[in-house]
Amino acid sequence: MPTNQFSGPDPHVAASAGHRDAPPRYGFFTDTSVCIGCKACEVACKEWNAIPEDGLELTGMSFDNTGRLGADSWRHVAFVEQRKPLVGPPPDESHRGVDALAAAAQGVTVPEQGGWPAPLVPEQPGRGGDGGSAGDTDLRWLMASDVCKHCTHAACLDVCPTGSLFRTEFGTVVVQEDICNGCGYCVPACPYGVIDQRPDDGRAWKCTLCYDRVGVGMEPACAKACPTDSIQFGELDELRERAAARVEQLHGDGVGSARLYGHDPEDGVGGDGAFFLLLDEPEVYGLPPDPVVTTRDLPRMWAHVGVAAATMLGGLAAMFVGRRS
Amino acid sequence: MATPRWLDWPVFRQLTGPDRLGRGAAAVSRETESLRPRVATADKVSKSICPYCAVGCGQNVYVQDGRVTHIEGDPDSPVSRGRLCPKGSASLQLTTGSSRRHEVLYRRPYGTEWEPLDLETAMDMVAERVIRTRRENWQEEVDGSRTRRTLGIASLGGATLDNEENYLIKKLFTALGIVQVENQARVCHSSTVAGLGTSFGRGGGTTYLQDLQHSDCIIIEGSNFAEAHPVGFQWVMEAKARGATVIHVDPRFSRTSALADLYVPIRAGTDIAFLGGIINHVLSTGKYFHDYVVNYTNAAMLVHEDFQDTEDLDGLFGGFDREDGTYDVDSWQYEGVRVASAAGKRSVDEPRHPGRDMQSSGHPESHGFGGPALHGEPLRDETLQHPRCVFQVLRRHYARYTPEMVEQVCGIPREKFLRVCEEITSNSGRDRTTAFAYAVGWTQHSVGAQYIRAASILQLLLGNIGRPGGGILALRGHASIQGSSDIPTLFDLLPGYIPMPHAHLHEDLNHFISSDAADKGYWANMRAYVVSLLKAWWGPAATEENDYCFDYLPRLTGGHSTYDTVMAQRDGICRGYFLLGENPAVGSANSRMQRLGMANLDWLVVRDFSLIESATWWQDGPEIETGELRSTEIGTEVFFFPAAAHIEKSGSFTNTNRLLQWKHQAKEPDGEARSDMWFIYHLGRRIRERLAGSTEPMDRPILDLTWDYPLEGTLGDPNAEAVLAEINGWDAEGRPLSGYDDIRDDGSTSCGCWIYCGVYQDGVNQAARRRPHREQNWTGSEWGWAWPQNRRTLYSRASADPEGRPWSERKALVWWDEEAGRWTGHDSIDFIADRPPSYRPAPEARGVEAISGVDPFIMQADGKGWLYTPAGLVDGPLPTHYEPQESPFPNLLYPQQRNPVRLANSREDNRYQPSGDEPGAEVYPYVVTTYRLTEHFTAGGMTRWQPYLAELQPEFFCEVSPELAEERGLEHHGWATIVTARNAIEARVVVTDRMTPLFVQGRTVHQIGMPYHWGPNGYTTGDSANELSSITLDPNAHIQEVKAWTADIRPGRRPRGAALRRYVEDYRRRAGVTETTGTEA
Repeated sequence: MPTNQFSGPDPHVAASAGHRDAPPRYGFFTDTSVCIGCKACEVACKEWNAIPEDGLELTGMSFDNTGRLGADSWRHVAFVEQRKPLVGPPPDESHRGVDALAAAAQGVTVPEQGGWPAPLVPEQPGRGGDGGSAGDTDLRWLMASDVCKHCTHAACLDVCPTGSLFRTEFGTVVVQEDICNGCGYCVPACPYGVIDQRPDDGRAWKCTLCYDRVGVGMEPACAKACPTDSIQFGELDELRERAAARVEQLHGDGVGSARLYGHDPEDGVGGDGAFFLLLDEPEVYGLPPDPVVTTRDLPRMWAHVGVAAATMLGGLAAMFVGRRS
Repeated sequence: MATPRWLDWPVFRQLTGPDRLGRGAAAVSRETESLRPRVATADKVSKSICPYCAVGCGQNVYVQDGRVTHIEGDPDSPVSRGRLCPKGSASLQLTTGSSRRHEVLYRRPYGTEWEPLDLETAMDMVAERVIRTRRENWQEEVDGSRTRRTLGIASLGGATLDNEENYLIKKLFTALGIVQVENQARVCHSSTVAGLGTSFGRGGGTTYLQDLQHSDCIIIEGSNFAEAHPVGFQWVMEAKARGATVIHVDPRFSRTSALADLYVPIRAGTDIAFLGGIINHVLSTGKYFHDYVVNYTNAAMLVHEDFQDTEDLDGLFGGFDREDGTYDVDSWQYEGVRVASAAGKRSVDEPRHPGRDMQSSGHPESHGFGGPALHGEPLRDETLQHPRCVFQVLRRHYARYTPEMVEQVCGIPREKFLRVCEEITSNSGRDRTTAFAYAVGWTQHSVGAQYIRAASILQLLLGNIGRPGGGILALRGHASIQGSSDIPTLFDLLPGYIPMPHAHLHEDLNHFISSDAADKGYWANMRAYVVSLLKAWWGPAATEENDYCFDYLPRLTGGHSTYDTVMAQRDGICRGYFLLGENPAVGSANSRMQRLGMANLDWLVVRDFSLIESATWWQDGPEIETGELRSTEIGTEVFFFPAAAHIEKSGSFTNTNRLLQWKHQAKEPDGEARSDMWFIYHLGRRIRERLAGSTEPMDRPILDLTWDYPLEGTLGDPNAEAVLAEINGWDAEGRPLSGYDDIRDDGSTSCGCWIYCGVYQDGVNQAARRRPHREQNWTGSEWGWAWPQNRRTLYSRASADPEGRPWSERKALVWWDEEAGRWTGHDSIDFIADRPPSYRPAPEARGVEAISGVDPFIMQADGKGWLYTPAGLVDGPLPTHYEPQESPFPNLLYPQQRNPVRLANSREDNRYQPSGDEPGAEVYPYVVTTYRLTEHFTAGGMTRWQPYLAELQPEFFCEVSPELAEERGLEHHGWATIVTARNAIEARVVVTDRMTPLFVQGRTVHQIGMPYHWGPNGYTTGDSANELSSITLDPNAHIQEVKAWTADIRPGRRPRGAALRRYVEDYRRRAGVTETTGTEA
């Protein structure tokens, strides 16, 4: 068991949660470089989990009419249209005008130059950075299927007062709807803005990584349906190896912008159970650049509380002792 | 003894177990403890196939307590490997959701509301109306020739139905004398059949999805592959992962472009100029595959000395009859060959209305399995130097298709064009192969068949046909649209691409055979296929003495395509109409005209899942809103029958791989929903019962029809396997035939569709085979059954050199095994299995014996792939760029603006707009193209009602570039009105960089993209893009031009009520639109 149970790497996350003889940790590797934006993941998830349809809204954000992850969208495909070539060195990452933190908090798709839903109007005729003529197109249309990260250190479950949120033997984080009382503590605790309450019953809902399916050896519905294997399900260690090889291959192919997100056990949440290969900065996809488990400082806070309490008790004791002398 | 309750208390577990923080094992609830996936308790898992596009993904259907509880991908399928797109993933909602109707509805003439009607009464009423309308509108003769038909009844739909259902529809309706039998294949891929059929001898894609993984380069053009066929696209991604280059050529940057290595924007309607440019590049740089071209194509054949090319005649070929608007094709023929009548006049009996009449009867589509017949031996020049050899004719024809011309016509910068040329040529040859994938972006043009011909020429020159990773993949868009072409619910075809007989040409069986059969190849056996079909339909009544009931077949006299039918409805000729899973009020061109046609009917039968627009136009359609129609003045009687879903019936779909896959019934349909098999069978039974005892000659075909199928289940559905067995055929002893070699012309065999012969070999349903892909090679030859004869790659003889050795180890597919005396390899060869490469036929050889060891195209009359089509197409032997019917530009390549023999029909409800330099063209200045989205399907009947799909694309929209938005003041997320001479619609505006302005002929042109899925009914609603399109048809296949037309766009919503028509009229006036606009040859 790690010394700090609220942050840092934890290679045996299920064992830490008291699961004896736990199976290997399972997760998702979503390789967005092969995503075709079909949204099969969204529908397969809804069909399997009987999630309600949640509104007919044309958002104006490219082909994304889901908008964000929520109680009724456990998978969300983001669409980002950019004037950049697909192959080439890492793009300019200044992202002028993008309030990344605000965007991340909203969990929404952010267009490259911000200001949605207004369209991009070129400053001069022609397209592309090289002042190309009409008919020249250097476009990227990034598509990425987002999902609950099943963090190594999941603040949602740390703050859950009822034990509704729990860590499964597969290392995933699941809401037990028969326990949830709708207190909503978990909602602000999530550093990714994933977990959400349904307005009608107040309970919190999110991806279960198809806990029921995985329990009988089936893969989650979204990964099963994904036409191009953009969503891959498997043992986390194996997925991390596969992802590293994929990044290397893409770099070799000249796609210098490929990078992993959420794969690192040293990051602020101890690494994600569901991690991603991205082609741009995380905030471009509406993902927080440096998420930290909101309960990270809990042990330290408790330590301070302990010290304070000890000091107070010591002072009280000293008072009595002093009086006696 | 039960565990004490307190032991189950989480806090107790937390304090006593290893989970001291209570965040894991200790927190497990009772419900979690007992959690099981619902599929784990299913009573049965039924194997099915997805009902949406033609990728044909396998589905597992889970049934519990008689209810379908879940549907997901079948991991065993070699095509889909367990994956499903969003539509396939929504199959549970489609089949079990609340949007489905389960009761029959009736709308009486002049009624304003639906009324309930019980199924039995409704069936009796329809049977009575069919009999009455048929009798009142019977044509025994036309112009003195026997026609034995009725134009009073038409049907539309079949591509979403099973092969067995299509078979019974065609069989019953043909026996009733109904010729206007059509389905979605007309409006989607009919030009494919004409284009591929005349090039290679068969009208199906030459390769299959899984084989794309072996491509070194994939050109996707005229297709939004990733969006319209998402699960098939995995094979493009496989190729990409192996290092292939993927190129997407399209007017708009779609989700397909996003995954391509190179995206090439093109002006809609100019693909022949682009492909012609590549052909010119290949010929002028000498990058063609010489040995392949000389041996396997008709490059060496000499063309008749009278032939005149477009180079000689300003864009026309020789033989054009300006008055008739047709070509006399005689001069296009090879030297030394007599043309078969297939394409024109030179038959034994001179037709009375040769040109237009023959042309309009859609004959080119009959080359879907067997190229045009030739009689005689063409002269050859193996050096390819003779000025009249095909190779030199080709070179001259395409010489003017230069990179500069491509840039000027298509708007593709020269460098980008040359990069495409470089990718294609460097990825073709002995060691490498390039594949083409296309769909309706190529087919739906007034020169649609020639688009496909252009790609065929290129692929033949590069030696890419018949080889692994090569070929041309026609991406089909309905679950069984390939099947509904093979077993055609099409007016011009009988099963297996046998043409429907023509009244003036085909007076008896001998004339019919002699005018169409070939001397050489399998098509020489045409008589056997026709006789066996007649035996399948009329059984013992079909005898040698009565020409096997050949006279029972109704005759064509011209075009009876779905668009001809609409005009016949408007003109009061067609009185009754069946819609069997098709929604023309949204999906067909000029949808207003479709509704006006239906408003003129006596009766209409709609079979569907929900109340689609084609069922409700009389109540709340757009013309009710504008006041053009009033419900109380519409006399059309409407019957709505709820249809069974794919999981509620057994039967086969034929996918885009030409692969038949069997679906097993998971449960019977609820309520009054029935399969189309049930509907057609019991309709036929009732009609036969009512006519029993009739002595009228017109009733003999229906009374003599074999219509006796075992019924099963509680609903009395005909047994689908019994129908499949009839399609396969049997011999005199009733034993199933094992392949079309077994079919005889003496009446001893029966076969419902000769190209499907073998699907029931040994009495086993071969289409139901499901050996998992992991247990066989990539061809998946033991999964389902592909026509012909379970071969996966067509023309695979061409994958080996003339001596029978693979062109290279890397591209080995089949090869000659000298020791065994047979061809062997990875796939079942598409050739005569024991014919050695060295075989040369004797001069007097006929039929199959006449196929030499180096003739890979065994259905062609000369055994070769056709760079040049000396016969078979009515608009030219070589693809030539013409501008679309409506274009903002003059034709830069020739003075001839449009396809001179296109079928244009200017009527008050189908007016055309000025083009190019004509005054008024500037009133409709923008190019429009339509397309599909991943989240929706065709006319929306299977997706707009599904909440899970509707929420993903909740509104109809148009896509415009930022530049166009600025030019017209359009606001992103706002509204726009788009207008043509037909109608005006409104759409939400999506301003996106993905739409690129193009620089064409010295100026910028803007294109507007619109998905065509929406209509006023359903869970998500919107205007239909097809309100704007015109009916302008390819003359070969009668397919409509909806991928390129012109329009204007303005900000804001469209006028309402009567003002809408005034708005359209005002535009017409300003553009000077008259009856003759756009009708010049």
